[in-house]
Amino acid sequence: MSVVAIAPTRVARGWNDPSFRALATQVIVLAVLAGTVAFLATNLVGNLEARSIRTGFGFIWQAAGFEIGQSFIAYGASASFGRALLVGLLNTLVVAVLGIVLSTLAGFVIGIASLSRNPLVSPLARLYVELVRNTPLLLQLYLWYAVLTQMLPAASAAPQLLPGVYLAKSGLHFPVLQHGAGLILVAALVGLVAFAGHGLWARRRAELTGAPAKLWPGLLLLLLPLAAVALDLAATTSFDMPRPTRFGFSGGGMITPELTALLIGLSLYNAAFIGEILRAGILSVSRGQLEAAAALGLTRGQALRLVVIPQAMKVAVPPLASQYLNLAKNTSLAIAIGYPDLMSIGNTIINQTGQAVEVIAILMSVYLTISLAISAFMNWYNSRVALKGAS
Amino acid sequence: MKTLFKSGLVKSGLVRSGLAAAVLAAAATFSAAAQAGPTLDAVRKRGEVTCGVSTGIGGFSIADSSGRWTGLTTDFCRAVSAAVLGDAAREKFVPLSPQQRFTALQSGEIDMLTTVATWTLTRDASLGLLYAGVYFYDGQGFLVPKSLGLKSALELDGASICTATGTTSELNLADYFRANGKKFTPVVFEAQNEARAAFFSGRCQAFSADMSYLSSVRASDAPNPDEWQILPDMISKEPLGPVVGRNDLEWFTAVKWVLMALIEAEEKGITAANVDQMKESANPEIKRLLGLTGDMGQRLGLDPGWAYRAIKRVGNYGEIFERNVGPRTALRMERGANALWTKGGQMYAMPTR
Repeated sequence: MSVVAIAPTRVARGWNDPSFRALATQVIVLAVLAGTVAFLATNLVGNLEARSIRTGFGFIWQAAGFEIGQSFIAYGASASFGRALLVGLLNTLVVAVLGIVLSTLAGFVIGIASLSRNPLVSPLARLYVELVRNTPLLLQLYLWYAVLTQMLPAASAAPQLLPGVYLAKSGLHFPVLQHGAGLILVAALVGLVAFAGHGLWARRRAELTGAPAKLWPGLLLLLLPLAAVALDLAATTSFDMPRPTRFGFSGGGMITPELTALLIGLSLYNAAFIGEILRAGILSVSRGQLEAAAALGLTRGQALRLVVIPQAMKVAVPPLASQYLNLAKNTSLAIAIGYPDLMSIGNTIINQTGQAVEVIAILMSVYLTISLAISAFMNWYNSRVALKGAS
Repeated sequence: MKTLFKSGLVKSGLVRSGLAAAVLAAAATFSAAAQAGPTLDAVRKRGEVTCGVSTGIGGFSIADSSGRWTGLTTDFCRAVSAAVLGDAAREKFVPLSPQQRFTALQSGEIDMLTTVATWTLTRDASLGLLYAGVYFYDGQGFLVPKSLGLKSALELDGASICTATGTTSELNLADYFRANGKKFTPVVFEAQNEARAAFFSGRCQAFSADMSYLSSVRASDAPNPDEWQILPDMISKEPLGPVVGRNDLEWFTAVKWVLMALIEAEEKGITAANVDQMKESANPEIKRLLGLTGDMGQRLGLDPGWAYRAIKRVGNYGEIFERNVGPRTALRMERGANALWTKGGQMYAMPTR
C-alpha cells in the first residue's frame, strides 16, 4: 500500500491495465473456442445432411429389434433403443457399484496384510500387488473369463452344490422366491433397527459401567427376524427352481460367467491399487500415534481401528476417488468378454442405426455423469473425514 | 498419461468408435471443399484403390503369413483396381471391424468396402452409401456340436447363442426366435474371434453368423471340423456386396459394372487363361465386353480394356468362387444361390450394350 502512496502517478488504462488485459484475453480465447466449436458443429450437421446420413436423436424411440442377454428391467426385442441403453446403463452401474465395494474390501485386506509383521503374509501381499498391477486389465479379464468358461463343467454335467444350486459354464443357477421378497425386506429392516438400537444401548452401558460392549447379541437381533421370515417362507411359499433342460437350465436366478469374470477381474485389479493407497495412508500416520495408543492400553486391533485408520483415510481418500473413477470407466471393457454393458449396447446401436455421432455423444455424457457423481460423493466424504480429524 | 492409458476408455471400443466419429466429423467438415474431383480421379491420382476388408475371414478376406490378402472379396477389389488403373493396378487393403467399416467409408478413408456387409434398406438409404451389387448370396445359420444331435434350428429353444456385435446377426436372431415363439439367451461379443472362442469353450450351445463365415470357422478354427455341423436352416437373407460412397455416382457405376463383367465373363466362358484367345471370338457380345468393339469403357469413364484386365487378373466370377470358397477349398461351399441364373442360381449380369 505504501508503494501506491509514494508513486500515485498515472492510472493504467486499456492494454496497460493488467486486470483489463487478463479479462480481455480470456474473453477472446473463449470467443475463439466457442466460434470454432460452433463452426465445426454446423459444418458437421450440414455435411452429414449433404451426404444423406441420417441425423438427430429420433432413433431413441424406435424399436431396437435385438435381444440382450442380461437385464434388470423388463426388456424385449420390441422395446426401444432408449430402453436398451437404459438396460446397458443399469448393467454398467451394477458392475461399477459391486466392483467398488468388493475392491475396497479386498484392498483393505491387502493393504493391511502388506504391513503385517508376519513373514509369510506381507511378502505374499506384496507379490500379489506387483503381479496384478503390472499386467493389463484386459488380459486379466480374458484370463478370468477363460477360467470360468473352460474349467467349469458343461450344463448337462453340472454338479448340484446345494439343493437347486448348480454351477456350470452357463453360470451359477440358484432358486429364487416366487413371492414374499417384500417380507424379507421388512425383516431385514426390523433386524437393522434392532441392531442399531442395541448398539446404542450397549455403548451407553459400556460408558456407564466400563464393561466392554459385546457384538454377538446385536448380530443375533439382526439375524433373528430374517431367520424367522426365511423359515416361514421356506415352509409356505414355493421357490422357482432352476430346471435342467436340454441346453442348460430354465427358471430360477442366474449369475452369468460374463458378469462374474468382469466383477472378479475389476475387483482384484483395483484391489491391488487400493491396497497400495491404503498402505501409503497407514504409513503416513506417525509411529508415535501407535505408541501412544499402546500406552493408553488399546490392543493392536483397537489402535488400528480407532487411531491409525481414521488418520490414514484423510490421506487415502483423494487417490481412492480417482481409483474408483478408473474402475467405473474400466467397466466398458465388458464388451471384450460378452457382458452387455452400456458400451456394448451402444456399439450395437451404432451399427443398427449408423448414427455414431449421436450415440457416442450419449455414451460420453453418461460416463461423464457417472464419474462426476463418484467425484462429488468422494469430495463430500473427504470433507467429512477431514473435518472429523480436525475437530 | 499413465492414468489415461490405464483407463479402460482408451482400450475399449469407446475411444475407437469415438475416434472414428471424430474422423468422420473432421472429414465431413473439411472434405466438403476438397471433394471437387470424384473418387475415380482421386484413385487415378493416387495410383491405388483403397478397399476396406474384414479383419480375417478365411475364403473371403484373410492375410497370409507374408501379408498377402486372399479371398473372394479381396479378389473383387483387385478386379476393380485392374479395370480402373490399368496395368499399374495397385490396391491397399484396410482391415476393419464391423463397427468401423461404414464409418471408414463415410469419412472417405477408403474408396470402397469389399467386405461381408449385408445389403439392407437402412444401410442403403440412410448411411450415405450405396451397394453396388451382390457378390455373394448368403444367409444366417447356426454352427452346433454334432453331439447335441440337432436336426433343425427350431430345436434350439432355450439355448445360449454366441454371436458378435456390429452385424445383422443380432437382429435376425431376435426376429427368428420371436417369430417362432421360442426363447434364447444371446451372448454378444465385440469381435467374432472372441465369440467363436467362447463357443468352442462350451459357453454357448450354438454360434450364429452368416453361413459363409460358419463354413470358414469350421474349416479353420474348429478343433476337429468333423465334430461340428452347420444346421440346414437359413434364418435370413444376407446378400453381401461391395459398398461405395453415395457422393460419387460415376464411381458407383464403374464398380457395379466390374461386378457385372465378372459374371458376364463366366456366362460367356471367358476365363483368366483363355481371355486372350477369346479376343479372336466372333461373338459380338464378347467383343463388346473385351473392348474390341463399341465404347463400353468410355461410357464408364474407363478405357476399352477395363473388363479384359479385370478378367485377366482374377478370372471370372466362377473362378473366383471356386478358388476361394468352392467345394475343393477348406470351406467346401456349393454354388447354390451363387450359381449363374442359367444354372438355377441368382448370378445374373445386365447386358453389356
